[in-house]
Amino acid sequence: MKVLRDYVKSLFLLELMRGLGLTGRYLFKKKFTVQYPEERAPISPRFRGLHAQRRYASGEERCIACKLCEATCPALAITIEAKPREDGSRRTTRYDIDLFKCIFCGYCQESCPVDAIVETRHYEYHFENREDAIMTKEKLLAVGDKYEAQLAADIAAQARYR
Amino acid sequence: MTFELFVFYVFSAILVFAAAMVITRRNPVHSTLFLVLAFFTSAAIWLLAEAEFLAIVLVLVYVGAVMVLFLFVVMMLDIDIATLRAGFVRNLPLAILIALAMAVEIFLVIGSGGFGGERYAEVMAHTAEYDNTAALGSVLYTEYMYPFEIAAVILLVAIIAAIGLTMRRRPETKYQDPSRQVRVKKGADRISVLKMDVED
Amino acid sequence: MEALMNLWEWLGENLIVIQILIKIVVIVAPLMLCVAYFTYAERKIIGYMQVRIGPNRVGPKGWLQPIADAVKLMFKEITIPTGANKLLFLIAPMLTLGPALAAWAVFPFDEGLVLSDINAGLLYLIALTSVGVYGVIIAGWASNSKYAFLGAMRSAAQIVSYEIAMGFALVGVLVAAGSLNLGEIVRAQQGDGGLFNWFWLPLFPLFLIYFISGVAETNRAPFDVAEGESEIVAGFHVEYSGMPFAVFFLGEYANMILISALTSLLFLGGWLSPFHGWPLLGPLFEWVPGFFWLFFKAAAVGFFFLWLRATFPRYRYDQIMRLGWKVFIPITIVWIAVVGLAVVFEMPWWFD
Repeated sequence: MKVLRDYVKSLFLLELMRGLGLTGRYLFKKKFTVQYPEERAPISPRFRGLHAQRRYASGEERCIACKLCEATCPALAITIEAKPREDGSRRTTRYDIDLFKCIFCGYCQESCPVDAIVETRHYEYHFENREDAIMTKEKLLAVGDKYEAQLAADIAAQARYR
Repeated sequence: MTFELFVFYVFSAILVFAAAMVITRRNPVHSTLFLVLAFFTSAAIWLLAEAEFLAIVLVLVYVGAVMVLFLFVVMMLDIDIATLRAGFVRNLPLAILIALAMAVEIFLVIGSGGFGGERYAEVMAHTAEYDNTAALGSVLYTEYMYPFEIAAVILLVAIIAAIGLTMRRRPETKYQDPSRQVRVKKGADRISVLKMDVED
Repeated sequence: MEALMNLWEWLGENLIVIQILIKIVVIVAPLMLCVAYFTYAERKIIGYMQVRIGPNRVGPKGWLQPIADAVKLMFKEITIPTGANKLLFLIAPMLTLGPALAAWAVFPFDEGLVLSDINAGLLYLIALTSVGVYGVIIAGWASNSKYAFLGAMRSAAQIVSYEIAMGFALVGVLVAAGSLNLGEIVRAQQGDGGLFNWFWLPLFPLFLIYFISGVAETNRAPFDVAEGESEIVAGFHVEYSGMPFAVFFLGEYANMILISALTSLLFLGGWLSPFHGWPLLGPLFEWVPGFFWLFFKAAAVGFFFLWLRATFPRYRYDQIMRLGWKVFIPITIVWIAVVGLAVVFEMPWWFD
């Protein structure tokens, strides 16, 4: 009897019909698609986009060249050279992030004791030359200046989880 | 020259060319493809002779099925032309002898007056309503019933014999039975839930 | 208008070749448009079934997408791999598309609306669909590539196997209709029961088998092992680019449209109205031209092609062969016997 039932089941393609029914139902479901340039998906405050270097409110750069980010970077994308400045404080003379190497893991941001290197929410950028992919210190600081308000707010929102 | 005659000569020329290429091309795949072309053009010539059923069946059976399997095999052959040609001179006398014998046979059959338009009654031209297929079918299943059925049985026996001779079930190969796979139930056949006392 | 009709008559008497060519263009040009928009429909429908919306950027709602695709492919470079047989490599796509288009010569679009009303129409169709496999085989061999060759081998074996089941299903149809002429087959399905008089009901197993074999013949999912992206890259057309690839693509979709149109012709009553002879709906839909019914039926069957692709994972190769040889062929043979008995004893409703 069971064998007979199985035969009927496979001959009349009942299981295949159920499969078709499932996709048929999905045909009329509401679509998930976000129409990208016009619509955007919401972004988390933890989003890891383009890198930036922040400054204090006084305009002094935060980075103290501790090289923790360089040490922790799993892709070896960060290169730092440091020298004491005229006022005796320790500062970087060179801070490069190679965006071709970077995997956007966010470890640099995690390791930074002074919240200097951060990753912004900004993800719509492009390069037209290969050398443009190296984010130099000037470029990083420029990005930081541009998104400072957003960055400060995001870091404040995340502070209690870190 | 009527249009029909012109078409006939065009197709005949293609047919003869293709047939010649079949036996002269070095590459067996090319030969097979030219054989396909030959079948196709002869089907066209049969169409011209109002034998549309035969023409279509030629395309269907030979071009559509037999030659596909031919190609299938020929494409996978790795033929070394050099070794094939090694015995050319040695076998040449025998080959010439066989070729001559075949030529004589063909001449005896065709040249002795056994063929030729004058030996047969004029073929009737049929109207457009004439159904070749129906006529063939009614003859095949009445007058030639026994030869037809016997031929069919012989072919069936040949198929079964060929399969029986070549099929061997190797014990080390693992086979699956899809119908059994389909019948598997998630609960009873795939997982078994064990009840265990808590140990500490 | 009068002058145009006169010209047409004059062409028919004096330059019949030109007249036939015009008819062919009238059939093929809309067909090509159908093929283009079938690709669009496929992307949209499969997209919708995957809960996304498919192409919607080129033109309003993406309506110009197929045109953009065609233009893109036309302007791409045609690369010919080294060691490939140039002539065969370029002929192969045409061999795929050619039979798919030639088959429409005997296709009746409406009562009497057919390019060539030949008696052996069904045979002609089977012969042409079987010739279509050459494009795939030759493409695979001429590409001088392992993947292409593997794809060609797979599809050759698959198509030859499923042709038998398909042929048997068609034998059932012609036993039921008593004719090889496609117009006669449709007329044999006419009756007062409307859609219940069509052959899909008495020949239901053959209907299913014909359709599934058709999916296998056209190398469509779930029988698309000839392409099998995950296994052999793209199968027989890996080495193709630009226009030759586009011709392969056209051939595949033209074949799909052909199979869906044939299914609706042979099993779903062709141009007949589904409500013919019904008390209320019958007269209500009497004004709809037969061509539209045929179009809707073919579109519905075509939708099924896409639905299958969106639903089922790819068959394993040995199971494809098993399905074709061990399941379909026995079922069709049994059902041909059943149909034969039904015709001999003039079973009511369909064969009386």
